[in-house]
Amino acid sequence: MLQTFIQQIINGLALGSIYALIALGYTMVYGVLRLINFAHGDVYMIGAFVGYYAAQKFGIASASGQISFGGALILMMTAMMASASLGVVIERFAYRPVRKYPRLTSLITAIGVSLLLENGGQVLFGADPKFFPILNSAVTYTFGSVTVRLTDIIIVVVSVSLMVLLQTIVLKTKLGKAMRAVSYNLDAAKLMGINTDFIIAFTFALGSALAAAAGILVSLSFPKIDPLIGVLTGLKAFVAAVLGGIGNITGAVLGGFLIGIAETMAAGYLPQSLNSYKDAVAFAILILVLLFKPAGLMGSVAPEKV
Amino acid sequence: MKFERFGRLFVAIATSAVLVCAALLNTACEKRDTQGGPTGQSDAGLPKEIKVGIYMPMTGPTATFGTSSVHGFQMAADELNAAGGINGSMVKLIVEDDQGKPDEAKTVVTKLISKDQVVAVLGEVGSSRSIAAAPICQQNKVPMLTPSSTNEEVTKKGDYIFRVCYIDPFQGEVGARFAFETLKFKKAAILTDIKNDYSVGLSKTFKEAFTKMGGQIVVEQTYQEGDTNFNAQLTGIRAANPEFIYAPGYYTDIGQIAKQARELGIKNEVPLIGGDGWDSPKLWEGGKEALNGCFFSNHYSISDPSEHVQKFIKSFQEKYKGETPDALAALAYDGAKVLFDAMKRANSVKGDKVRDELAKTQSYKGVTGLISINKDRNAVKSAVILEVRDGKYVYKDTIAPPGMTAEKPAAAEAPKTAEEPKKEAAAK
Repeated sequence: MLQTFIQQIINGLALGSIYALIALGYTMVYGVLRLINFAHGDVYMIGAFVGYYAAQKFGIASASGQISFGGALILMMTAMMASASLGVVIERFAYRPVRKYPRLTSLITAIGVSLLLENGGQVLFGADPKFFPILNSAVTYTFGSVTVRLTDIIIVVVSVSLMVLLQTIVLKTKLGKAMRAVSYNLDAAKLMGINTDFIIAFTFALGSALAAAAGILVSLSFPKIDPLIGVLTGLKAFVAAVLGGIGNITGAVLGGFLIGIAETMAAGYLPQSLNSYKDAVAFAILILVLLFKPAGLMGSVAPEKV
Repeated sequence: MKFERFGRLFVAIATSAVLVCAALLNTACEKRDTQGGPTGQSDAGLPKEIKVGIYMPMTGPTATFGTSSVHGFQMAADELNAAGGINGSMVKLIVEDDQGKPDEAKTVVTKLISKDQVVAVLGEVGSSRSIAAAPICQQNKVPMLTPSSTNEEVTKKGDYIFRVCYIDPFQGEVGARFAFETLKFKKAAILTDIKNDYSVGLSKTFKEAFTKMGGQIVVEQTYQEGDTNFNAQLTGIRAANPEFIYAPGYYTDIGQIAKQARELGIKNEVPLIGGDGWDSPKLWEGGKEALNGCFFSNHYSISDPSEHVQKFIKSFQEKYKGETPDALAALAYDGAKVLFDAMKRANSVKGDKVRDELAKTQSYKGVTGLISINKDRNAVKSAVILEVRDGKYVYKDTIAPPGMTAEKPAAAEAPKTAEEPKKEAAAK
């Protein structure tokens, strides 16, 4: 019983780290631009597909569909670069032209971009699922009846280190300072000589690269990919970001883990007739948090500028 | 400046919209290249060209279902036309893609009937889609024949709806009888795709049959098509310690489920057992070795030595560059032939006449067994059990409906004992 419980906690952490990784991108773009980039989940999907095709093109994967650590790293770099460029292109052509209009305009544009990527993906890649190569050293560790997969450990470690890296960039570097300045007041930042267009493009590149990293890591762990994988995963990651307090980097990771564990527990422990509601759990939690703590768990209440 | 920006954005959006439309139109045209001009349909006799509509998932998560089925239909039509058609009239197939979505199925079937004026409709594989489209055919009195939708509800939509496969209550029972009688298992876990009519129906009838025989369901779990992480459900299943897992989902998810089950330490000795939704070359790709020793019920086996079955497999492989016909291709082939046969007997393409002849189909010798349509417009026939073994689906057993004896392929009389349930049937 206890071992099953521990196993479910581990399953939840593994799932949660995926949400955390994607939530980082949402929260960073929001932190700087106050824009919810709904296309983020789809950039995650594109990242996975870039990795899939790169593996075939470079001949990294063996005939039986396995890759080494080095191969996976190359895929991740390729996907991150491709997605970063895509992020910049999306920002340049979809968001920048509407930046000076009310925020709602950007939000609707983001939904449009998301639909474009999803349906464009179906045209381009085909809608049938593809299978991503798996790590050739994908081992599992067993303690009693509790099993831990190496890929899950890698995902947890990578998402926590990316979180630390992001914190450092935002809080300790000059670029980060510029990002915070843009976030605080775009016009004032411009007047202070900050190249705001560049900073915003950089933010998108960074966020999209994070999404691609998540895409590759998740695909190594759960190899089935199709053009719609970003929809529900992206939505739950968004919930995670809001739960943790959108704009707050540590909050995004915390929110991701919470959503992952809650969903796993719902699937594992709700009575039979209810366990198909596991996907609803994430959204129920979101509603509860917004009711009692509108700024999220770690978010700060910012007075609306008038 | 503002207007200029707006203008450019508008141009960009318009251009992409045009490109997307062009792409869609292009594929639509390709698909419709078998389409001919309008047919003059007279009350008596047959028109020169008989248009039969097909709706199938040519794209989407179950695209291999659609491709296989259309290959089967096309082969039946080509053979028929080469042999002089239906009393001299040629058959034209018009294929529409429903993307595996029930709503889309309604749309394309409406189009087939109202715009293309087809005289009969063939499709779908997925029960959810067939259930969505059947009422439209019924309303327009256009006979619809599904080759492979096994959910009970499909043919209950009206007296113009037929099928040439068995139904889920039987398939669920087959799974239960195989596990209980052949493998001597007593403790089952069930893992259902809750959003899928087919999977829910199969789980329900399996549960009824298995508990009635004296078996025990130790745990039931659900997932949804598109889930990638099944660890939570599988951990629950592992804790209940079943002898096998009944997982009647689609091939797209089963491979992943098997893989994650093995990673969690549920050994290959605990097989997954499923239904015909597993039947796809892609099943193996998703799960590989984790699937070894798993079983699924299906409609026919390529190792059936009967002459007409082997002839079908041979001509199919010649026609489609070595592709081995799966059960869906075989059922589609049989389905189309049963429909053509009914039209021939009716010597008419009028909906009610074709309907009456379809209902009279008795002991039609198809690749997937003898097809007799019963009063509920379902086919009564045997199921085969296949074992997944290193990427191949090996014949294991034949299970006949109650009151019928199984006509087992002679080559497969291998000893099957509970002590060695993994032993491969001696397929020649």
